[in-house]
Amino acid sequence: MKDLDYTYAVARVRALENSLFSDSEIERLLACTEEEQCLQLLSEKGWGDGTGSMDISDMLKREEEKTWEVIRELAPDMSVFDVLSYPKLYHNLKAAVKQVCTEVEGESIFYEDCSITGEEMLQIVRNKEWGQLPGNMGEAAAEAYDTLLHTRDGQLCDVIVDKAALDAIYEAGKRSKAEIIRNYAESTVAIADIKIAVRSQKTAKSIDFMKRAMAQCETISVEQLSKAAAAGMDAIRDYLLGTAYAEGAAALQESSSAFERWCDNRMMETIRPQKYNSFSVGPLVAYVLARESEIKTVRIILTGKQNGFSEESIRERIREMYV
Amino acid sequence: MSQLGIVYALMGAAVAVFLAGAGSALGVGIAGQAASGVVSEDPSKFAKVLILQLLPGTQGLYGLIIGFVTLSKIGLLGGGVVDVSVQTGLLILAACLPIGIVGLISGTSQGKTAASAIGIIAKKPDQFGKAMLFPAMVETYAILALLISFLAVSAIQV
Repeated sequence: MKDLDYTYAVARVRALENSLFSDSEIERLLACTEEEQCLQLLSEKGWGDGTGSMDISDMLKREEEKTWEVIRELAPDMSVFDVLSYPKLYHNLKAAVKQVCTEVEGESIFYEDCSITGEEMLQIVRNKEWGQLPGNMGEAAAEAYDTLLHTRDGQLCDVIVDKAALDAIYEAGKRSKAEIIRNYAESTVAIADIKIAVRSQKTAKSIDFMKRAMAQCETISVEQLSKAAAAGMDAIRDYLLGTAYAEGAAALQESSSAFERWCDNRMMETIRPQKYNSFSVGPLVAYVLARESEIKTVRIILTGKQNGFSEESIRERIREMYV
Repeated sequence: MSQLGIVYALMGAAVAVFLAGAGSALGVGIAGQAASGVVSEDPSKFAKVLILQLLPGTQGLYGLIIGFVTLSKIGLLGGGVVDVSVQTGLLILAACLPIGIVGLISGTSQGKTAASAIGIIAKKPDQFGKAMLFPAMVETYAILALLISFLAVSAIQV
């Protein structure tokens, strides 16, 4: 698609961006003393299905659906957005492999809003029809299935599928002509690698485990990052200081939740230039990611209020807003 | 040979109207798509985005002016077609080129700038004055081309 084909869609997204939460509106939400007040505020802003239902999960689910309804209506070519659903797709694969291998049925463990739904994925895994899965998924599914059956190691199964997901995202980024998808893929893989390094360091995992879990990308060296993780948290920070993710080192020093927040904020930084782009698919992708981040932030606030967290500890977890 | 002269002169008028008109059509089309996007979400911004959409439409008018001047110069509008030599015909054609070419390029560029300015209206409608200035800047070059084409066509003796 040519960039000019997105003129209508970008202008509409620009108008829609007005209804995204700004930092001051998040502050208002934070200032609510009770969960009901938050829900009331969200409902006044048009969140939910319009029936006045105050069920949190329904409201947040409906907001996710609304985002995709708009994008489906606007985008001349939906294939650009496939890469955004890879995490959900590979999650479905992981859940299906575990359910089939352990024969334990979980409730609501699948995402239904992606190209292969939970039921379809279960069918494929039960019949071992790996050829029906797209890209590298078939290979990863077979390996994860065999590994889980032989070793009963759920974590290893997760590592195989998660690595395949990161590889698929990176490949999709390399193939894509859209700059935002390339940047999204690079940031997603790099941040995931950094998260793996930090968590592996905390749980004292081996270098081999880390190398198996991390995916290759341009801005992070798997070799150096895994060595740094094996040497300790300070070594990870030192390594990050020499990369494009230097701010992550400071966040790591602060606290775990500050680090998690930085991971999401870094993605926001990647997409923020799209606010000033009037053509191309970039602003549409940025809108989807901004909505996802907004919904995640609202979920964090609501969960915090539900569990009686202090305003300060919720604030520490609040993500930067796009607008 | 004298008939070929009038053909060249007529080609000049056609180039001015065709290229500048095409530039405006493309520009207004691009800005119109952006305007539709904003109005579909917020119909109250219709008047503001309509003005921005119309800005790239002027190149077509400039082309039309030069076309008219050329046609009246060679007598096609008054009924008495004058005798135009090949050299004069080519001179008229050359005189029409600035508004044709600049009209095409500036019309398209102004359309893109107007679409971006419509983005400003979508987010900050109170900044309408500033939003209008950006596409208006592109207009300068269309006006310069119009001036040169007009002076050149007027100066040619037939």
